[in-house]
Amino acid sequence: MKKDYIRPLDIRNGRVDMGHGAGGRAAAQLIEELFLAAFDNEYLRQGDDGAALAIPVGARLVMATDGHVVSPLFFSGGDVGSLSVHGTINDVAMCGAVPLYLAASFILEEGFPLADLKRIVDSMAAASRAAGVPVVTGDTKVVEKGKGDGVFISTTGVGVVAAGVHVSGANARPGDAVLLSGTIGEHGVAVLSKRESLDFETTVASDSAALHGLVAAMLAASDGVRVLRDPTRGGLATTLNEIARQSGVGMLLDEAAIPVLPQVEAACELLGLDPLYVANEGKLVAICAPDAAEAVLAAMRAHPLGANAVRIGSVTEDPHRFVQMETSFGGRRVVDWLSGEQLPRIC
Amino acid sequence: MCLAIPTQLIELRPGALGLVELGGIRKEISVALVPEAAVGDYVIVHVGHAIGRIDPEEARRTLAMFGTLAQLAATNEAALP
Amino acid sequence: MKYIDEFRDGAIAKKIQARLREEAQPGRQYSFMEFCGGHTHAISRYGIGELLPHNVRMIHGPGCPVCVLPIGRIDLAIQLALERGAIVCTYGDTMRVPASGGLSLVRAKARGGDIRMVYSGADALEIARREPGREVVFFAIGFETTTPPTALTIRTAQQEGLKNFSVLCCHVLTPSAITHILESPEVRQFGTVPIDGFVGPAHVSIVIGSAPYEHFAEEYRKPVVIAGFEPLDVMQAVLMLVRQVNEGRAEVENEFTRAVNRDGNLHAQALVSQVFELRSSFEWRGLGEVPYSALKIRSAFAEFDAERRFGLGYQPVPDNKACECGAILRGVKKPTDCKIFGTVCTPENPVGSCMVSSEGACAAHYSYGRFKDIAVRVEVAA
Repeated sequence: MKKDYIRPLDIRNGRVDMGHGAGGRAAAQLIEELFLAAFDNEYLRQGDDGAALAIPVGARLVMATDGHVVSPLFFSGGDVGSLSVHGTINDVAMCGAVPLYLAASFILEEGFPLADLKRIVDSMAAASRAAGVPVVTGDTKVVEKGKGDGVFISTTGVGVVAAGVHVSGANARPGDAVLLSGTIGEHGVAVLSKRESLDFETTVASDSAALHGLVAAMLAASDGVRVLRDPTRGGLATTLNEIARQSGVGMLLDEAAIPVLPQVEAACELLGLDPLYVANEGKLVAICAPDAAEAVLAAMRAHPLGANAVRIGSVTEDPHRFVQMETSFGGRRVVDWLSGEQLPRIC
Repeated sequence: MCLAIPTQLIELRPGALGLVELGGIRKEISVALVPEAAVGDYVIVHVGHAIGRIDPEEARRTLAMFGTLAQLAATNEAALP
Repeated sequence: MKYIDEFRDGAIAKKIQARLREEAQPGRQYSFMEFCGGHTHAISRYGIGELLPHNVRMIHGPGCPVCVLPIGRIDLAIQLALERGAIVCTYGDTMRVPASGGLSLVRAKARGGDIRMVYSGADALEIARREPGREVVFFAIGFETTTPPTALTIRTAQQEGLKNFSVLCCHVLTPSAITHILESPEVRQFGTVPIDGFVGPAHVSIVIGSAPYEHFAEEYRKPVVIAGFEPLDVMQAVLMLVRQVNEGRAEVENEFTRAVNRDGNLHAQALVSQVFELRSSFEWRGLGEVPYSALKIRSAFAEFDAERRFGLGYQPVPDNKACECGAILRGVKKPTDCKIFGTVCTPENPVGSCMVSSEGACAAHYSYGRFKDIAVRVEVAA
């Protein structure tokens, strides 16, 4: 028998068990053979519990964190892994910052197939490498069967903001232009299409993507970008209402200008959903000074993730902070906050 | 409960089921309530069931009626001094 | 999307709008009641109220089956989940309707009730097949559009010999609701709610046909125009109603000819009569007991009737005293007339059912229309 032979993890048929979370040999093997092998970088190779990071002198740090509990775990255009990388990179980028490092923590449910875990971790590693933002530290815990939903992932990101960049949800002012980077509703529809009782065949894929490159291009093109936010849960409508509240302003949108893919529109019709409230994971809203709109739009359209960027409205003076919209039909309506969970409407 | 959508029946399946399409999205639904539905027909789907068919001739007539109004209104406007 | 996009054309809307302005006689008030959640929603979502002449007003009637579901019925569903351990399957809209004890189906779920949202009765059947050891109850609500699918579900359960499936039947009938409103003292005697005509429901009419409305037109001398769901359909129907009123006619007209005929879907109607029969009386939230307004499951299918299977006894529960849903459902009051509208009662914390469903008059007004009220108040104050 070969010395130092240790039986490798059975990725094909193995499952997570309580031993993998106990901190002993089994846990170390899981981390080494699955996580470290996928993420592999100089920080993780140190083998410490934390990572010592280099930060530019005098820089302003941005930190953001996100929990990912999407169900199902795998969907067209992504999975919980790639989503967790893109989501946190985007949160950092929406502060006008360049994302530098990620931390990832996993809560695994006893019995979760190792093959699925590997698929998720490999997907995360690929997303992280493509984005140029390494996962420098992490953690794994295991909970008893029935106490988790397969896997929950939490990611935290840090980045730096360049001097002179001030992007915040509180900066919108009456007269500003409201810009949208592309079509809405794809992520939500892609995820819903896999859920049990809403089963239908569709080729709509999640738009999950890392937006920091697009943001960098926009900030380089103009110093008039005041607000950046990605419309995730609750959709575009919720994000605009959040900004309106934070800035103490109103908005007026033009429904005809808001781009929606025909398949997304059709899926929403079938399900009784309003695309304005459906989640996106690869789009952003930007609010900029009126004279900066043209330059910012040009920069967006020149970038692959902003090819369909468009102006969808303006910020208005409104003490009630209503987001209003001129409908394509000709009337005007309020685009309100989402009430509760957007349950598919039957009525 | 009023959400009901016109979709095109593209395939009939055993067990009084059918595959409908709307804007590129496909869904399997029951056609048990509209036994005379044929492939190519447009059916109105409510809570997973087809409840009736769209009559293309009547649809055309309705749209024409909206359009006629438009013509009449335009004629009236034109006729004003 | 064919048969959808063409009926949402904004350019044609302007033409119909112009025609309405010409034909609605100045100095005359027109009040039309629409009777269908889908119409309430279309009017709100497309901002149609704004496009109508100022003297044409739309009243939201009890067309939302979720809104007219009384507290006592939700309590039964919650009881089945929390006390009898059944898997209760329901449509999404029903989940947040407020019931007794500060509960709703979504809150009962948080307390451990196995309550699952389904898109159709067929989904509930599938759950019953997959979990033979558990009782599965389908909470069936809705007007005549939804009743045939439920009938089909029950008949399928019988054909397959399912032993763990039943239906809590709360199906209600459209014509009864209209009659009840027309009979209500306010309308008959005091003329407080002047209703000059009705926009007939779209999809209910596909099933029942246009014939059942002929009775109202004759007996109560009110015009009825059955309208499709899209915004152009609604505007066209309003125009047809204005014409009838101007010409002193009280007929049943059909704007939705592409899907509705006089007889309706006979096949679906036959199926419904096979499985259901009339209840002598049924409580409607806000309207009280209404005779011959609802359905129950026939004895031939008794084993699929949750009320019989579980020996359930119905307990009526009065609404919150401040809630004006009853008056609003009848068109007697507007959402803004309710003291708790927008303050205590909001879409997040609905007190009454008009606020729960997005088609309820209060929810629709809150979500889409309240910016108009507030603007008016600001002007007045200045």
